[in-house]
Amino acid sequence: MSNKARLKIALVGNPNSGKTTLFNLLTGLNQRTGNFAGVTVDKKSGFIKLDNDQEAEIIDLPGTYSIYPKTLDERIVMDVLLDQNHPQHPNIIVVVADASNLKRNLLLFTQIRDMGIPCLLALNMIDVANKRNLKFDLRGLSIDLGVKIIPTNSRNGEGISELKKALTEQLIVPKRPFYRIDESAISTVEAIKAELGEESDYRAYQHAHQSEKLRFLNDTEKAKIEQIKSQEGFNKIPTQTQETLSRYAQIFDIVEKNVKQQNKALADITHKIDYFTTHKVFGYVIFLAILTLIFQAVFAWSEGAMDAIENGIGAFGSWVGNTLPEGAVNDLITDGIIAGLAGVLVFIPQIAILFGFISLLEESGYMSRAVFLMDRLMKPFGLSGKSVVPLVSGMACAIPAIMATRTIESWKDRLITIFVTPFMSCSARLPVYTLLIALVIPDERFLTIFNLQGFVLTALYLLGFFAAILSAWALKLILKTKEKSYFIMELPSYKFPKLKNVGLTMYDKSKTFVIEAGKVILAISIILWVLASYGFNDEFKNAESIVKAEHQELVGTEEFEIKLNAYKLEHSMAGSFGKVIEPVIAPLGYDWKIGIALITSFAAREVFVGTMSTIYSIGAADDDEATIKEMLSREIDPKTGEAFYTPALGLSLMVFYAFAMQCMSTLAVVYRETKGWRWPILQMIYMTAVAYLAAFATYQIFN
Amino acid sequence: MKNLSQLKLNEKATIKGFTDEVLSLKLMEMGCLPGTEVSMQLIAPLGDPIAIEVAGYQLSLRKQEASSILIEDH
Repeated sequence: MSNKARLKIALVGNPNSGKTTLFNLLTGLNQRTGNFAGVTVDKKSGFIKLDNDQEAEIIDLPGTYSIYPKTLDERIVMDVLLDQNHPQHPNIIVVVADASNLKRNLLLFTQIRDMGIPCLLALNMIDVANKRNLKFDLRGLSIDLGVKIIPTNSRNGEGISELKKALTEQLIVPKRPFYRIDESAISTVEAIKAELGEESDYRAYQHAHQSEKLRFLNDTEKAKIEQIKSQEGFNKIPTQTQETLSRYAQIFDIVEKNVKQQNKALADITHKIDYFTTHKVFGYVIFLAILTLIFQAVFAWSEGAMDAIENGIGAFGSWVGNTLPEGAVNDLITDGIIAGLAGVLVFIPQIAILFGFISLLEESGYMSRAVFLMDRLMKPFGLSGKSVVPLVSGMACAIPAIMATRTIESWKDRLITIFVTPFMSCSARLPVYTLLIALVIPDERFLTIFNLQGFVLTALYLLGFFAAILSAWALKLILKTKEKSYFIMELPSYKFPKLKNVGLTMYDKSKTFVIEAGKVILAISIILWVLASYGFNDEFKNAESIVKAEHQELVGTEEFEIKLNAYKLEHSMAGSFGKVIEPVIAPLGYDWKIGIALITSFAAREVFVGTMSTIYSIGAADDDEATIKEMLSREIDPKTGEAFYTPALGLSLMVFYAFAMQCMSTLAVVYRETKGWRWPILQMIYMTAVAYLAAFATYQIFN
Repeated sequence: MKNLSQLKLNEKATIKGFTDEVLSLKLMEMGCLPGTEVSMQLIAPLGDPIAIEVAGYQLSLRKQEASSILIEDH
């Protein structure tokens, strides 16, 4: 073990520069994800031991085109590099640049170089550059840019050991800055340097540019900087324009001098693929085919794994139940905590598969073509092409989907996407749909080709989608922002996806889901367990003797226990709530039993199925869909004497579940992403109102 | 003066300037600099957005953004 302090190394680079692949190569599986202090931007870091036994933490900073951030994720780069006290402030920066696209990649490098932190330039994707017949004079480039350059190929690991070796060497910070700050800004820079005790000109200059966005400055410091800026006549836009132009002018000269294209580049395969993927017919056909494939895979491939998880946790629950002494603690652990855990873990296969596909599409370069293709269709609804990824993800789970909106630059577009994504039918709704469809929709052919049950299920998914885009359209008209929305996006060249990256994304997203959704679902499950297990009225207290009196013949049998549990639930706090809200939900066709299930669904929608089985006195052994369906179909409406679960009631419930915001975890994520309660509360009210009105209309029409 | 949104498929032009100051900062960072050659690579099926080749890569933008880029035909 070395007794030197742990080195911090930050990876910085443009999106699509292969930075994350390089990070995965450097750290292997020895990495962890978390959040940057105070913000919810995913932080990926890993630990390695360098050749000289020095321990180093490698931090993968979000991809960005420039030190001037446009999106939320990009802001962290500036925060980490400017704040000397930031826990991730690096000792060394490795700038990763795409060698086949050097000019644009070097802009960020020259900005980072002027920050006064020792840095290295990894000239990545050198293989692609070679294919394009680009020849580099590495020595000349190194001298002109003032940095040590390591050519790397993150696809096969070439250059990684050289890079690791270079990290142990002394790196010099060049004295002469790459960009000489414009004269009009010098007095501002000097004043800020004096005020904050900052030594580097360019860092002080960045403080002037970004003061209002920097999280680590307190209000007095911000006010001081503002005062200096107005006193010294700092003019942001012309200064930044001059900076970008001057940097690029030098970069163009350096690249022309040191990079030669030998023969004319071969006609790029990317152009040929683009012909099909952005074609007016094939483009949409390909997009729809991919969506259908993902949809199929998420539901069909996950079945086995989901069953295995359910059975595994079920077995674990009964083992715990039998091992622990009987009583309230046992019930809390088995029915509250383990059941809550099951409700989270069972969705991992679907989430992993969905994000596996999304990652494949992003890695290959197709995703930005889908965005390109869909932008014009989404724009009239106040959404952007970039909303496609969150909306598709929303079909698995709204939580990672809402986190995926961070790539949308415009706040208004992003907010609208966050607001409407929970309308997409997520995997937690599927068990509810399946049960209700089996219950009230006959298994018949319809228009000779469609299966009626399948048709209703498809209709529910489409209903969610249309609710999302129509709500987006309404929000677009209501929300007023001064900020102009814009859309500027790189179309990277196509690549074969690296399976290791895909695997790590699947792992990361599943983990985020388990942690984010898990803590809320677990907490709510425990609260609901308490509400469903305790009551204060006489019926609850005397439940045992009342049920004994009613069912003398059953005493001692398992059926007695089941009847007793149902009676207890009816008179518990949750049961009383169900009865209190009965008048409100009666117009939708629901009774107090459904009322209880609606309340317990707040932990997660699929809890509906479990609650119904308890209310209808179904023993744990027969707790499968067929039995629940059987019991529900025998329920008689006391007023009409006919079956209680009519198609009208079933459809009304399905519509309610399609629209209602019954997911506390989603609300928690929206709270975090929008930094306040305003949007989650509005979303909750809006979605519940839509659900109520739509369910009411459905019930009245079909009844 | 002609702007980038009027360029036809596979046509080339040189960037001359911008009409939107704030947007120009972002476009310049992405390599759309005055004096640079651009060519129209793709037009989405519904006419918007478009993709241009600039500084050695493909950049996609909406017509609205493209119309803020002034160009001179070749």
